[in-house]
Amino acid sequence: MPRLWKPGDAYIWISGLALMATLVMIGGLLFLIATKGLGAMWPDDIGHYTLKDGSVYLGQLRGRELVRGTSGVKSNSDFRVKLKIGNRDLYGLDFKWIDESEIVSIDFPLDAVILERREWGNYHGYLKEIRKNGQIILGSSPDAFAMLKDLIRDANKTYEKILKIEKGEIGDINYGIEKQRLKLRGLSIRGEADPEKESKYRLKIEQYEASYKVSEANLQRLYTELNRNKVVMVSTDGREKVLPLGKIVLAFRPNDMGVAEKVGFYVKRFWGFISDEPREANTEGGIFPAIFGTVLMVLIMSIVVMPFGVIAALYLREYAKQGLMVRIVRICVNNLAGVPSIVFGVFGVGFFLYGIGGIIDSVFFKEALPNPTFGTGGILWASLTLALLTVPVVIVATEEGLASVPRNIREGSLALGATKFETTWKVVIPSALPAILTGLILAIARATGEVAPLMITGVVKLAPDLPIDGHFPFLHLERKFMHLGFHIYDLGFQSPNSEAAKPMVFMTAFLLILIVVILNITAIVIRNRLRKKYATSAV
Amino acid sequence: MASGEAMAQQQQFNTPGTNGVSPSPEPRRSEKAITVPDPLVEVEGVSLFYGAKQALRDVCMNIPKKKVTAFIGPSGCGKSTLLRCFNRLNDLVDGCRVEGNIFINGKSIFDPDVDITDLRKRVGMVFQKSNPFPKSIYENVAYGARIAGVNKKLVLDELVEKNLKRAALWDEVSDRLNDSAMGLSGGQQQRLCIARAVAVEPDVLLMDEPCSALDPIATAKIEDLITELKQKFTIVIVTHNMQQASRVSDYTAFMYIGDIVEFDTTEKIFLNPGKKHTEDYVSGKFG
Ligand SMILES: Nc1ncnc2c1ncn2[C@@H]1O[C@H](COP(=O)(O)OP(=O)(O)OP(=O)(O)O)[C@@H](O)[C@H]1O
Ligand SMILES: [Mg+2]
Repeated sequence: MPRLWKPGDAYIWISGLALMATLVMIGGLLFLIATKGLGAMWPDDIGHYTLKDGSVYLGQLRGRELVRGTSGVKSNSDFRVKLKIGNRDLYGLDFKWIDESEIVSIDFPLDAVILERREWGNYHGYLKEIRKNGQIILGSSPDAFAMLKDLIRDANKTYEKILKIEKGEIGDINYGIEKQRLKLRGLSIRGEADPEKESKYRLKIEQYEASYKVSEANLQRLYTELNRNKVVMVSTDGREKVLPLGKIVLAFRPNDMGVAEKVGFYVKRFWGFISDEPREANTEGGIFPAIFGTVLMVLIMSIVVMPFGVIAALYLREYAKQGLMVRIVRICVNNLAGVPSIVFGVFGVGFFLYGIGGIIDSVFFKEALPNPTFGTGGILWASLTLALLTVPVVIVATEEGLASVPRNIREGSLALGATKFETTWKVVIPSALPAILTGLILAIARATGEVAPLMITGVVKLAPDLPIDGHFPFLHLERKFMHLGFHIYDLGFQSPNSEAAKPMVFMTAFLLILIVVILNITAIVIRNRLRKKYATSAV
Repeated sequence: MASGEAMAQQQQFNTPGTNGVSPSPEPRRSEKAITVPDPLVEVEGVSLFYGAKQALRDVCMNIPKKKVTAFIGPSGCGKSTLLRCFNRLNDLVDGCRVEGNIFINGKSIFDPDVDITDLRKRVGMVFQKSNPFPKSIYENVAYGARIAGVNKKLVLDELVEKNLKRAALWDEVSDRLNDSAMGLSGGQQQRLCIARAVAVEPDVLLMDEPCSALDPIATAKIEDLITELKQKFTIVIVTHNMQQASRVSDYTAFMYIGDIVEFDTTEKIFLNPGKKHTEDYVSGKFG
């Protein structure tokens, strides 16, 4: 009698189904994040909504949901729409829910303008006039909008100059003054009365202050230039708004843009998102510092965790006498991988920040006390905490790799007169390298997604400076930094304007996943290269 | 029944005194060890234990210089084990204990002042299973020299070419020296391991069934190579192939359950063996 089910079939089907479920879940998550995040930057058409009560709104459609009548025939009156109406300074909120039954008409005027502002979010309205050098150009004239765009571009250039002076020149000056001040303080702490040095430092400070005056004057001039030209906008309720061009990032008329134009706009905006600094409590602008912080932290973590994990595994597997002790250590290492990450964070605070950081401060940065330098959260401590968190992963993977190196290859090396160390270094480690890299890949994946321990060891909502800059020694490991994971938390749950921040949350999550994927793919490519190079024998 | 016979013979030829396993302070020449001209390796009463299991029983023999000595015997009789005593590779095996003594060039290899890496440089080995390193072909051959601290490119290039030619591998790999050695065929890998071993210029070359995985053509190449290398090295080869033993070796030792049953010139072992047991084995009647 032929049997319908062979004995093993059920297992094959169950594991197949489990795999399918997992893939669907992962795919669904990625799809959700990608659509919600990537869609948010698209310049949607902006509608001119006239309501029954006579009020008029200019907004982009951001959602539609059922409010009543969950059963039976659904009509317009059962739905309401969510509009992004901008003009937070006028309406108080960027978003408005409107019952569809309230809407009298919707049209899409070509001349509806969206202004992306440095403050108060977007402005929706119509161009009334441009005030350029005291001259007034009416918004109704045909090339007024093109002119506005040009003026905004010029203003942005001026704004960049201002930033350059503020961050660059004035930043340098402040850095220099602070250094001289610390030197002075160091003198007085050590009780050295050295009037010569002292006057030298003071002289330098005076020089810095003089050049600060120059920079400040420059700044003043640029600011006047920036705010000289203005644009007058009018919103749908007839209120006029005078905006200095320096306050505007960009202006566009989505209803007047073709698809190609929109794509170009989208790409530009996306790039801005990746490469710009955040604005407005992180809800606007870019997230570059967070990307930078995340990647740098993972790199430092990798640099630290690799040698430690590999050496520990080498010792456990190759040198330690296999016995009860080693077994206990191995069990501990495995358990360490399961300790909640916040526990590592607490340990990091106690051990790295207060312990080691405190000692470093009291030895090398006495002048700055009581302000801590290393005795507070910073990218180094966060990286080390994560290294601690991920070292078990590397150890376990490396040990497995070492165990799989065939015995006869080691004997081959020893038989040629190599010492044990030479054998380990030249034959065993290269053979185990793919496994070691697998460990690193897992460690990176874990570290990139970790937030809890970072929140107490150095991540901040907004870091004034990147951990790498032009001031000697260029890499400032003591600085606080921004991180994508924390950024998501901050935007989503700490932001005063959570509705406006929502797309940013998805975008940031998308980028975080993208970075994990990129870091992993890099490591995987390297590993596969090595695998090919050391391809296992066909015989 | 055959083994019973062998045991009987063994008993007959072991004088009671030599069955003791404690190392004697005096170098002791066994009656079983025929005198060979110009011995390089002298094995004196070596017994070896893997834990409680005895793998070698009071082995005594002399291995002549610049000759090929073959070890034959049934599987598991201790040929590899004896071979691995010569370069003290058994030191790595947990629970392995050796008694007796081995002299190379008149010096005991178990002396405390012997540098074991130095010993292994002088006693090269080719393993039963080919074991190229997961590196390029070039680096495999240059490995020994690099360990010895040679890093000059010119010297290494020359060394690699010379030894690959010696191992009859040069023509096949000269255009892909930087490819992984793992991509070679089994026979090529084995020849690469031979090149790697001879590149160190050892005094003694131990070969543990170097042809067990090879086709007749590669085997012939390696046999030619052995004859060639004999000019410079003392070679000890383990083989299961009687024809091979008779073709390449000058002396042959027949081993059985951890002991040397008979050791003599190859001619004698194959044409006129002194013992029935040996005759049965070489003629294929048992084993
Ligand atoms: N590492 C080890 N631990 C314990 N016993 C071992 C070990 N290596 C070998 N032996 C035992 O020692 C005996 C001799 O083994 P050996 O490998 O020397 O045999 P062989 O003559 O080389 O056999 P073959 O021709 O099959 O290679 C065998 O009984 C084997 O089981
Ligand atoms: Mg063997």
